[in-house]
Amino acid sequence: MTAPAIELKGISKSFGPVQANKDIAIRVMPGTIHGIIGENGAGKSTLMSILYGFYKADTGEIFIRGERTEIPDSQAAIRAGIGMVFQHFKLVQNFTVLENIVLGAEDGALLKGSLSKARTLLKQLSEEYELHVDPDAKIEDLGVGMQQRVEILKALYRRADILILDEPTGVLTPAEADHLFRILEGLKREGKTIILITHKLREIMETTDTVSVMRRGEMTATVKTAETTPQELAELMVGREVLLRVDKQAATPGETVLNVENLQVVDGSGVERLRGISLNVKRGEILGICGVAGNGQSELLEVLGGMRPGKGRVTVNGQELDLTGAESDARTRRRRGIAHVPEDRQEEGLIMDFFAWENVAFGYHDDARYQRGAMMNNDAIREDAEAKIAKFDVRPANCWLKAKNFSGGNQQKIVIARELERNPDLLLVGQPTRGVDIGAIEFIHEQIVALRDAGKAVLLVSVELDEILSLSDRIAVIFDGRIMGERLPSETDERELGLLMAGITDTDKDHSVDEIEENLAHATGKAG
Amino acid sequence: MNYLDLIQILDSSIRLATPLLFACLAGLFSERAGVFDIGLEGKILISAFFSAAVAALTGSVWLGLLAGIASSMVFSMIHGLASITFRGDQLISGVAINFLAAGMTVLIAQDWFSQGGRTPQLSGGARFSPIELPFAEALSGVPFIGPLYADALSGHTILVYVGLLTVPLTWYVLFRTRFGLRLRAVGENPGAVDTAGVNVVRLRYAAVAICGVLCGLSGSFLATGLAASFTQNMSAGRGYIALAALIFAKWRPWYALGACLLFGLLQAISNRYSSIDLVLFEIPNAFVLALPYILTVVILAGFVGKAVPPRAGGQPYVKER
Repeated sequence: MTAPAIELKGISKSFGPVQANKDIAIRVMPGTIHGIIGENGAGKSTLMSILYGFYKADTGEIFIRGERTEIPDSQAAIRAGIGMVFQHFKLVQNFTVLENIVLGAEDGALLKGSLSKARTLLKQLSEEYELHVDPDAKIEDLGVGMQQRVEILKALYRRADILILDEPTGVLTPAEADHLFRILEGLKREGKTIILITHKLREIMETTDTVSVMRRGEMTATVKTAETTPQELAELMVGREVLLRVDKQAATPGETVLNVENLQVVDGSGVERLRGISLNVKRGEILGICGVAGNGQSELLEVLGGMRPGKGRVTVNGQELDLTGAESDARTRRRRGIAHVPEDRQEEGLIMDFFAWENVAFGYHDDARYQRGAMMNNDAIREDAEAKIAKFDVRPANCWLKAKNFSGGNQQKIVIARELERNPDLLLVGQPTRGVDIGAIEFIHEQIVALRDAGKAVLLVSVELDEILSLSDRIAVIFDGRIMGERLPSETDERELGLLMAGITDTDKDHSVDEIEENLAHATGKAG
Repeated sequence: MNYLDLIQILDSSIRLATPLLFACLAGLFSERAGVFDIGLEGKILISAFFSAAVAALTGSVWLGLLAGIASSMVFSMIHGLASITFRGDQLISGVAINFLAAGMTVLIAQDWFSQGGRTPQLSGGARFSPIELPFAEALSGVPFIGPLYADALSGHTILVYVGLLTVPLTWYVLFRTRFGLRLRAVGENPGAVDTAGVNVVRLRYAAVAICGVLCGLSGSFLATGLAASFTQNMSAGRGYIALAALIFAKWRPWYALGACLLFGLLQAISNRYSSIDLVLFEIPNAFVLALPYILTVVILAGFVGKAVPPRAGGQPYVKER
């Protein structure tokens, strides 16, 4: 029997009172794709950081190819043949592809030799594994899919034969993700070992040979992928039965709440972010906007939420909104019955150093119930906050905890509790479940659907196609500041949406990944 | 103004640009590695004092130079300790160094020499003396180029030429060597350097050390080349002007040379002419003297194009997942 490529025995790691990894044991066989799945905070990233020499385990042993190995730093991990593709790429933006690949693995004190050697090797590697990139392109001019290829090439250049990928598809379109998985298959055929960390069940089912499930710092199970189901994996992850599909009735749209005509936005540096968008959302309906990040969906939410000026005609319940003047601020929008769950809850949704109860009042602090003469009635605010925190199952249910001390999912619940409990006519919601674990996703989706069923209009922006497909009653695809088309979720699929997201409207034909990459890089490149 | 005046102004521009150039390149190394250094001023000052003091005590300008570099290095390491090892605020550490240098130099000078916070006048071997470039004499007769070479370029002290040579050297190190690649990378994205298996802390210390050496040269030149003694606060804001020049130069070595020569020229003009007589009105002396500082303010206020500093500049590196 061959030795496992990686074997971990009894790995434990604590950060203060928090035990991130508890007595972890795992065997990864060579030449396989091994998935590691778990909710946010389950300890996946900590475990991989230990393997890559970022953290030192408190206890436990690491065996690489059967030999006991100490990995005190990244240098040692690289020597042991481990390469890591981080979720947030570790690339120097204003360096060329070649410079990034060579960095840290140069041959001598002068660059010239290293660079020309790398150029030859890069050509070989890219042909061998379908990893085409222009070696002289600057990273900042490349799309994310391309940047990810550079990361993989970086690892291969260092002769890694164990490749760890941390949430690699979070930023990719479906076509790019498929291409990535083809590359990984190719690497596997060459005998490389691949560890794929993800929270997406579908990816695990489609690509891995074996899957390990982590929950609360523990490895709860390792199973052959062929012998399990997504439902079983989800239950192993969460520890209870979960609903993977959103349970909702067909929509019964009423009169139009939000009507947008020819909306245009030019940002501070003069770049056109929205080039004349028209759409509408009706009562009792969820309109999902999907697109690759940076194509104008954030700006759309910001204009409607009163955080950015725009041009065009927007009406809510038939009354026109002020898009530039004195009444274009977020407070006025709230008074008009528009609630906004912003895309980035930590930057725009919460004040991280303030208590939960203070955060529940923000934006609505001029509420008459919160006043006592010229002073704030903090007791009333706290009472109100406690009720909302209980209703939305925020854990821990302690309104004296600072926002930053809640997990991502519970932070999001605080924002959602604040906005939804105001009973708005129109809910603007961006990336409602980004960085939120499965259990909380289920809950948040239920709340959004419940608002719809109460006859409210919802405008949903998300980069997660699954979420768009399962939650929306109607889908609009945005690309380069324009709406490429509207579809009904029952009459479309990921492939078609993926092509529209890359600005390709003749979705019947076949299109190469490079064509998609190029289109996207062109549209989002301006953003960088 | 005739041609000879022009040559003389050029001559003193080069001389006055030299301390700025050293300091500017010092800042370039440090900031390219992601360590902002507002303490250039303090390092110039401490080096000026120790080089003048040691030169006065030993009679050797070279020992003075060594002492200047050593003292500036000590201050650099304090900055490194505060901002790299202890991940403190780089601005605060730099400001502290400036205050420390301003007070310490005068205090020690008074204690050692009792001349009201000055060092004694240096002469002979305790000062850098001008060196003639080859063929200066022979070429001086050639019209136009002759005086330019013999009077403006030739006849400076050795440190001026060292400063000019540091420019191509800096360019070469930054853009053609492994060390330079890593140094630039650590100022842009230390995470990338760390995951590539390179020690971020050691790299930043190396950059800060180079900064110390160059500031040492700047201060030394100031007290033993440009002047002939240390006087209170003799750096006169050169550290800040060098920072402005660095921004103006967009953190590039050749542009840095240009920016420092421009500041040197302004200073040379203000030293030479008490007022500038334009046909319609006269620019008063006070304004002329203030020119380099006015330009500094204008540059720092961002009126000169868009300068993108190193992306990780000013942030201590904390390992994260």
